[in-house]
Amino acid sequence: MTDSMPHTPTAVRQRAAAADASRRRKSRSAPLRWRPKMLMGLYLLFVLLPIYWLLNMSFQSNTEILGGLTLWPKDFTFEHYGKIFTTSTWYMGYLNSIAYVVMNMFISILVALPAAYAFSRYKFIGDKHLFFWLLTNLMAPPAVFLLPYFQLYYTVGLFDTHIAVALAHCLFNIPLAIWILEGFMSGVPKEIDETAFIDGYSFPKFFIKIFIPMISSGIGVTLFFLFMFSWVELLLASTLTSTGAQPIASVMTSTSTASGIDWGTLAAAGVLTILPGILVVYFVRNHIAKGFALGRT
Amino acid sequence: MNKVYDNKAWWLILPMLVLVAFSAIIPLMTVVNYSVQDVFDANTRFFTGTEWFAQMLNDPTLQAALLRQFAFSMTVLAIEVPLGIGIALIMPKKGWQASVVLILVTLPLLIPWNVVGSIWQIFTRGDIGLMGWGLRELGYGYNITRSTVDAWGTIILMDVWHWTPLIALLCYSGLRSIPEAYYQAARIDRASKWSVFRYIQLPKLTNVLVIGVLLRFMHSFMIYAEPFVLTGGGPGSSTTFLSQSLTTMAIGQQDLGPSAAFSLIYFLIILLVSWVFYTAIMNMQKEKQEEGI
Amino acid sequence: MAEITLKTLAHSYLKNPTSPEDYAIREMDHVWEQGGAYALLGPSGCGKSTLLNIISGLLQPSSGEVLFDGELVNDLPPEQRNIAQVFQFPVIYDTMTVFDNLAFPLRNVGIDEAKIREKVREVADVLELTPQLKRKAKNLTADEKQKVSMGRGLVREDVSAILFDEPLTVIDPQLKWKLRRKLKEIHRRFNITMVYVTHDQLEASTFADKIAVMYEGQVVQFGTPRQLFEQPAHTFVGYFIGSPGMNFVDVRVRDGKLLSGKHVVPVDQRVCSIIANTHSDNIKLGIRPDFIEVHDTPVDGGMEVDVVGAQDLGTYSVLSLRFGDVLLKARIDEEQSTPKGKAFIRFPQERIGMYVDEYRVEINHE
Repeated sequence: MTDSMPHTPTAVRQRAAAADASRRRKSRSAPLRWRPKMLMGLYLLFVLLPIYWLLNMSFQSNTEILGGLTLWPKDFTFEHYGKIFTTSTWYMGYLNSIAYVVMNMFISILVALPAAYAFSRYKFIGDKHLFFWLLTNLMAPPAVFLLPYFQLYYTVGLFDTHIAVALAHCLFNIPLAIWILEGFMSGVPKEIDETAFIDGYSFPKFFIKIFIPMISSGIGVTLFFLFMFSWVELLLASTLTSTGAQPIASVMTSTSTASGIDWGTLAAAGVLTILPGILVVYFVRNHIAKGFALGRT
Repeated sequence: MNKVYDNKAWWLILPMLVLVAFSAIIPLMTVVNYSVQDVFDANTRFFTGTEWFAQMLNDPTLQAALLRQFAFSMTVLAIEVPLGIGIALIMPKKGWQASVVLILVTLPLLIPWNVVGSIWQIFTRGDIGLMGWGLRELGYGYNITRSTVDAWGTIILMDVWHWTPLIALLCYSGLRSIPEAYYQAARIDRASKWSVFRYIQLPKLTNVLVIGVLLRFMHSFMIYAEPFVLTGGGPGSSTTFLSQSLTTMAIGQQDLGPSAAFSLIYFLIILLVSWVFYTAIMNMQKEKQEEGI
Repeated sequence: MAEITLKTLAHSYLKNPTSPEDYAIREMDHVWEQGGAYALLGPSGCGKSTLLNIISGLLQPSSGEVLFDGELVNDLPPEQRNIAQVFQFPVIYDTMTVFDNLAFPLRNVGIDEAKIREKVREVADVLELTPQLKRKAKNLTADEKQKVSMGRGLVREDVSAILFDEPLTVIDPQLKWKLRRKLKEIHRRFNITMVYVTHDQLEASTFADKIAVMYEGQVVQFGTPRQLFEQPAHTFVGYFIGSPGMNFVDVRVRDGKLLSGKHVVPVDQRVCSIIANTHSDNIKLGIRPDFIEVHDTPVDGGMEVDVVGAQDLGTYSVLSLRFGDVLLKARIDEEQSTPKGKAFIRFPQERIGMYVDEYRVEINHE
């Protein structure tokens, strides 16, 4: 086969048929290849449009907002952001939110790590029931616990403190953390533990020096979920606080009725609540795919 | 994994147990306590037994809210699950596009729930919202404060916007665990796109989908902040779901007994449905283990 | 049924390959004849799987042509190439029964059920899967799963070649043997071109009539197992085939004599003149451990070596011999006594291979 030109009639026919087939395939596959991208683009447009609108409005002056619909800020202004960063109720709202979210992440991961280890490595009396009971807490509507929480924290003197919200969010965040971590921990072979114990590691030393580094991506993903659920929750957070530890989301609902609605500031505040999420998701972007299957794929 | 039987594991559980007990058991006991009593003030209370439960179960407004709740949950599940699977299938798998799309798709999940309400409130207003204004310009008399259909449509659209990403990301992670050889073998076997989905992708997704449906059912059943901000439960009470009815009753009217009984019924419904799913997951895992032997 | 021809084929996973190292497949020509049982042998990372995927169409080569019976198939997707491929790990459709798995490739092209049933029965019979036909595929053992994967290739009558990508990796050793015999049997029965990728020389030589040895993206030798053993075309083939591998000694020609270090290696004058004419300073003399003659006492044309070790391997022993700066391996039968301290070795002329720049040069021994 030194010549690439066909010799026999059959070969010529075959060659022609092959060329034809490849042409047909190419003409068919071009739209097929573009369709997913187009659909993806449409979906992203659907996701981004409401957010864009919020962003758009946050940079418009209130007169422009109410004066008529504009697709992008013509009278570009930072006044709403300026207002948020200079008014203490607004920026304290952010600090309050961040404070209880961080506290909650810290508490949850601290108690969830050993518990998840126990569930992934040991059988013990009532383990299955306990695990199920934990999951039921994920299912508890916050509205159910509203009143008892209010009374409980009021009685113990924690009302309107960051720690109150952090503890309340433990209701769903600790079970969630255990659930996710257990998935990741079950993926670590038990021989690792056994080898470490034979090598003379004590349990705490093994846990901190060997085990935790091995599931660090799982811990990262768990922290992401803890952040997410504590950051987005409002009902408990606003019920358990009044002025001292009021979360940003609740500041948004309460100030919006002053003199009509200050749309620009509301929009700017909304934009600022999205930013921490973007920051956090950026850090875990490479593990998020595995994380969403809760380590169980 | 072969687990060792050791009751000392309880020591590892203990710190978690104390905390969760504090934030779950004590409040739940309070609710149970209220649900069987009629409380007038701190010193005057009567034992009422199951009276509140009976009253709540027969309350037509709550029955209506419950029906609405189920209708809502089933509708959003019916839309979000197929849509989420579809999006997962077309999400790019490698390169910078994959990271960008992943972050953008995750975005709605990280926005505080009432801000989601605010975003959609702004977006759908007839005067300043792109969607509300756009629909009116197109000649549709869109008004979520007057029209029940518009209000429902908007709330469902908002929920789809907000929560489809969860299903999509779950499925995306499930799809990523399929080895390339499966797709290659399918091409060699001349399988159609549909066959690839039906026999390779979907079987791998069942596990994550059960988790997804469970989470979505739970969250949609507890929905509160988004419709509260967007429609305030109206027009009339057409978008008032269970959480909002409960909050109004407990905080607004201070009806401790009835609202506590209502809480428990509410909780039990979620538990019951979730339990069915949980058993399903457990059975699937058992099957998997047997398969591994 | 097809003859597979690869013409000036090259492939790189990089967009803009510059050096030869950027290529997974360096430019090569090769022909797999219709009906042959071939093995593609090489260490991991040498490009065997890449080559296989190019043949099946899962990969588009960067340049060159793939021809089936002289017909250019570069642009054809795998589904139109009539090729079956079996992967390293069994690929089965979990939710289907074994029967449905085997019927799947046929159903995809709309063959009628009666014909499908007949074909599946036949293949299941050959693969001894008949009792499992009704079972769910996901409950099978690893080797049964791999048999199902193979079966999906065999049911198709239009298949022109079956490609195997290390198909026995996950199979237990005793079953490996059985499955390999099964494959040979299938090959004889269906007369299909088969290309079998492996890194195991034993697997390659028991399966294939002809073996292509790949090294750094190139087929360095294509021949029968015997040829690979007796006349390796490349030093790599010498190392890779046989256990222990071939001995190679750096040599040079001075004053019409072949020297290794200070030692003179007695060879034909013709060898010396051929080597002298190559003008290369990378010259190696290769000889299999099996062919080195070992004597206790000085012999004519013998070279003195130090015995530094002996390893008893049952029916034979492997000696380690220091010859100048190099360590040679020599294989002696169990009847022969193991020499101590000093020994004298001789290289039979017809067993010597000369390698210039790693490639064998032909010397016609009379």
